[in-house]
Amino acid sequence: MRSILTALTSAMLLAAASSAALAEEELSLYNWGNYTSPELLEKFKKETGIKVTVTDYDSNDTALSKVRAGGSGFDMVVPSANFVPIWIKEGLLLESRPDQMPNFKNVDERWVNVSWDPGRHYSVPWQWGMTGPVVATSVYKGDINTSAIWLDPPQELKGKINVVPEKNDVLYAAIRYVGGTWCTGDKALLKKVRDKLLEAKKSWVSMDYGIEKMDSRDTLAQLYYNGAAFRARQVNADIKLGFPKEGYSLFMDSVAILADAPHPDNAKKFLNFIMAPENAALISNFATYANGIKGSTQFMRDDIKAAPELNIPAEYIAAGGWQEVCPAEVDELYTRIWTDLMK
Amino acid sequence: MSSIAEMAATRRTAEGRRRWLLKAPALATIVIASVGPLAVMLVYSVMAKGAFGGVALGHFSLDGWTNVFVERDPFDDTLVLADANLIIFWRSIKLALVATLATLLIGFPTAYYIATRPEQVRSQWMLLITIPFWTNLLIRTFAIMGLLSNQGPVNNILIWAGLIDKPMQMLFTDGAVLLGLVYVYLPLMVLPIYASLERMDFNLVEAGYDLYATRSKVLWHIVIPSCKPGLIAGSILVFIPAIGAYVTPRVLGGGKNMMMGNLIELQFGQGRNWPLGAALSICLLVIVTVALIIYIRGSSGKENAHGG
Repeated sequence: MRSILTALTSAMLLAAASSAALAEEELSLYNWGNYTSPELLEKFKKETGIKVTVTDYDSNDTALSKVRAGGSGFDMVVPSANFVPIWIKEGLLLESRPDQMPNFKNVDERWVNVSWDPGRHYSVPWQWGMTGPVVATSVYKGDINTSAIWLDPPQELKGKINVVPEKNDVLYAAIRYVGGTWCTGDKALLKKVRDKLLEAKKSWVSMDYGIEKMDSRDTLAQLYYNGAAFRARQVNADIKLGFPKEGYSLFMDSVAILADAPHPDNAKKFLNFIMAPENAALISNFATYANGIKGSTQFMRDDIKAAPELNIPAEYIAAGGWQEVCPAEVDELYTRIWTDLMK
Repeated sequence: MSSIAEMAATRRTAEGRRRWLLKAPALATIVIASVGPLAVMLVYSVMAKGAFGGVALGHFSLDGWTNVFVERDPFDDTLVLADANLIIFWRSIKLALVATLATLLIGFPTAYYIATRPEQVRSQWMLLITIPFWTNLLIRTFAIMGLLSNQGPVNNILIWAGLIDKPMQMLFTDGAVLLGLVYVYLPLMVLPIYASLERMDFNLVEAGYDLYATRSKVLWHIVIPSCKPGLIAGSILVFIPAIGAYVTPRVLGGGKNMMMGNLIELQFGQGRNWPLGAALSICLLVIVTVALIIYIRGSSGKENAHGG
């Protein structure tokens, strides 16, 4: 009896001690689903002793409203370019000055003076890519470099299309398709955008995440992200990504530390860590998007280095554009169109 | 005489105070955990919406409530019926009712079968009924997704049997959502029906047969009346979570066939309209309350009948 008691007590003490030790070396990352390399986190733990836990979100708005509510307990978040200024304006981010960190020299000049965080006082590039039509080309043999794939779908694809439920990616492509420019407040044009989307929705089977639906042939076309399109091609060789000539959106997600982060110092170590080329390459190897770190390509998987999805062909580069932050009243209109579409 | 009356009165007040003290923890829990959040919801529903979600505290506005029923067309400023909201309301009520009916039709014979087994076997059957609860709801829902997929077993078997020649679109339809709801909530129907059947005196059934009642007469006049509380409790237990279901329509409806839970989530997320979300939540609460009132009426009616 006595020995059992002793064993129990010591086990409890041990548990208490180890959890106390862990509590000091923790870090929590609030990131998009299926976007964080476990290998990266393992390596980070090995080098620093800090254990990173990841929580997923599915849209910028979800992340924003959860953190804004306060007490989230997260240390870091990975907002898209067009959301970073909102996070900063709302006072949710810590001015952690990544530009003064030792590894900042590795950040590609292209991603330093970005409009959403000039000089990178708050955020570090995580990954970037584009949104475009992903098509099973054995079924549809026509031109895939057009948003008509999902906005004026050909007969073969009707009822087999999935559209990613992310407001700005969908609206950006639709506005450009109808002939407008991003952030336009032209009501006549936006009405056309809405009507086009509502009409096209009848040909969609779902508005959901999951490129795997291409693997199982539950969808034959999607509006989705280039990195996911690359992964889908590994399963089915006929799956190709189009770069719409009407215009498509580029995105970059950047990691930033929250103003109320419980472990800001650990988070700073993490930001510095991922700016090292060999570590940034791990991020890309997992989620298969390009990162913004110079010299990381040599550490990447060979199939990624050569992927057409991640290396936009020169003739299509001009059609790509960024989602700037639109004026509040324009954004309000976009949100309305979006809720009308989702319902 | 008067002093005795006074003493009794003092004792009554002391007794009353003691009762209140004993009740206090329960009352506090109800107020803090139930009424408090509801009050927040009510207050949020009558505020103006904030710029990026949230509400503009202190700015009173009834927009949240009017938007439940009518909305202003952003392009020509005319007021139009918010038919999308009403369609989703109606779909939720319809799916929840059909799911309740389906679980009733499957759950009642199941419970009856179990209740009529020998006592030692019953607990094994009950164990089998509860086994699905051992797995997370999300995982079970994704399993159904795998079953219904175009290359899933259901389509493969149908093709193999020659009933269809190309995969049928089952996933991301109202039917898929319904199947998910029925599967997930079936045990909640079986358990209360079983509980009341177990208490039933089966000698009554025998007596019925002795008096030349047919099988259907025995069912309608003896079995169903005596397990009515279980039937009603099961229906309520299925209807309430089914109408507020979130995961099932989200996964099996493909984000296109929304139910109220998803509509509310949309307003708090990408819709950035918290007041409307709060108002919709209260509407859902009202529907659930109506269902509960029907339940209470139904079960108290039974007692009256006994009394009479």
